Amino acid sequence: MSSKEKGWREISIAGVSPKSSVGFMTGDWKTYMPIRDLEKCTKCVMCVLYCPEGAIRWRPDLGKIEFDYNFCKGCGICANECPTKAITMKLPEPTEGE
Amino acid sequence: MEEQKVTTQEWKFTAKDIALKPEGFLPGHRACAGCGPANVLRMVMKATRGPTIVTEATGCMEVVSSIYPYTSWSYPWLHTAFETAAANASGIEAALKVLTKKGKVKQEHIDIIAFAGDGGTYDIGLQALSGAVERGHDFLFILYDNEGYMNTGIQRSGGTPLGAATTTTPAGSVMPGKMQNKKPITDIMVAHDLEYVATATPYYWKDMLQKVRKGLEVEGPAFLHIFAPCPRGWRSEPAKTMEYTKLAVESCVFPVYEVVKGKYELSTPSKLIQLAPQKKIPITEYLKGQGRYRHLFTPQHQHVVDTLQRLTDERWAKLQKKVEQTA
Ligand SMILES: Cc1ncc(C[n+]2csc(CCOP(=O)(O)OP(=O)(O)O)c2C)c(N)n1
Ligand code: SF4
Ligand code: SF4
Ligand code: SF4
Ligand SMILES: [Mg+2]
Repeated sequence: MSSKEKGWREISIAGVSPKSSVGFMTGDWKTYMPIRDLEKCTKCVMCVLYCPEGAIRWRPDLGKIEFDYNFCKGCGICANECPTKAITMKLPEPTEGE
Repeated sequence: MEEQKVTTQEWKFTAKDIALKPEGFLPGHRACAGCGPANVLRMVMKATRGPTIVTEATGCMEVVSSIYPYTSWSYPWLHTAFETAAANASGIEAALKVLTKKGKVKQEHIDIIAFAGDGGTYDIGLQALSGAVERGHDFLFILYDNEGYMNTGIQRSGGTPLGAATTTTPAGSVMPGKMQNKKPITDIMVAHDLEYVATATPYYWKDMLQKVRKGLEVEGPAFLHIFAPCPRGWRSEPAKTMEYTKLAVESCVFPVYEVVKGKYELSTPSKLIQLAPQKKIPITEYLKGQGRYRHLFTPQHQHVVDTLQRLTDERWAKLQKKVEQTA
C-alpha cells in the first residue's frame, strides 16, 4: 500500500473493498495464450460468453472480438469451445531479456 | 465502485446483446483458470433487469471476488457467513421494505440475488434457505454447484456425487471415493411449494439466463440450481469446464428443467434427449478425464460405475415421470 491510501482509522466501519478488481491484473497467471485466426473467426461471440474472466470483448465498432491479455488466465475454454476452431493456445514468444 | 448502470428495458437474450452488457462480475477476480462458478456468476449478472443487490455466502466465489482492497462486483454486494446467504437475503428484503415505507429508497423495485455454493446450500445453509422460502421473501437464490467444499481444500458435501474422490472421501483400497449419492436438493426445494425452481448449466447459456430472469420476475422466493465444474477440485482440465456442463446434460447426470408452480417441464437440451433417447450418452463419457473419478476406471471399482449409471437412470426416469404426472 502506498502512503496516500487511507489507514484503518479512516476507512468505513464495515469491511469495504474500495477498489475495483480491474486494477488487479491476473493476466500474468497464464502459460498458454489464446491466439485467434481472423480468417476462421465468424464473430459468433461464443468465446466471449464462455470465458470465466470476461477477458474477450465483442467490439461492434471494430467488427471483431478482442482479447484482453491483462486478464486472460490462459484456461483454454475459448479454444475448446470455438465452433470453427479459430483459437489456438500458444506459448508466448519470449520477450527480450527473458 | 463503478456507477451502477440500470436498464429497465426488456433485455433481448441474443449472444451479442449479452456480450455487450456491462459486467456485473468484473475481471481481476482470483478464481483459478477455467473456473466454472466464475463464468456462472459473470453470466448470471448479465440477466439482471435493473437495480439489484447481491449477497453471497462464504465460499470460493466470495473469496475470489473480494480480496481487500479489491472487489469484482459492480453491483452492491454483501458477503455473509457460510450458512446465512438466505437469511441475509431475507434481511435485505425486510430492510428495503421498511426503507421504502420511510421514503428512503427511490427505486420502484430492487431485485435481490443470494449466491451460495453447494456447501452453503445442501449442507450448512439449508435451514436458513428453508426458513427464508417458507417466510416467502422475494429473492432469487442461486446455488452454484461445484460438488464440493472447494474453498477450504476440496472436502465432500451433500452435493458431491457417489464415487467422487475428495480430501475427506479419498479413493483407496477401502473406499471408492464418496460412499453416498448426491442429495436431491432441487426436489427438496420443490417440496417447499415455491413458484419457481429450475436447474441450468452454463453451456446452455441462453437457457440459463432466461431462468435467472424468470427467477427475478417471480414475486416471492425462487431457486436456481446451476451446475458449475471446478477444475481444481475435479482434477479436470481447465479447458474442458464448459464441455463437462454439456456432457452432464447429455448423460442425464444433470438434466435441465423448470418447475413452475409445481409443474415440471424439461428444458430444451434435456427435452431433446427425452425425444431421442439414443442421444443419451453413457455416464462414463462424462466421468472420464475427471481426476476425481480416475479410480473408477479399474476392474475393482467397476461396480461403482454400474451403480452410478443405475442411479442416474433412475433419477432421469423419475424426473420424466414427474413431468408426465404434473402435465
Ligand atoms: C460456520 C463455518 N464453518 C466452516 C467454514 C469454513 N468454510 C469456508 S468456505 C467453506 C466451504 C464452502 O463450500 P461451498 O459452499 O461448496 O463453496 P465453494 O468453496 O465450493 O465455492 C468452508 C467449510 C466457515 N466459513 N464457516
Ligand atoms: S468462438 Fe471462435 S468463431 Fe466465435 S467469435 Fe470466438 S473466435 Fe470467433
Ligand atoms: S484462455 Fe480462458 S481466460 Fe483466456 S480468453 Fe480464453 S477463455 Fe478467457
Ligand atoms: S477451487 Fe474451483 S471453484 Fe474455487 S476458484 Fe478454483 S476452480 Fe473455481
Ligand atoms: Mg462447492
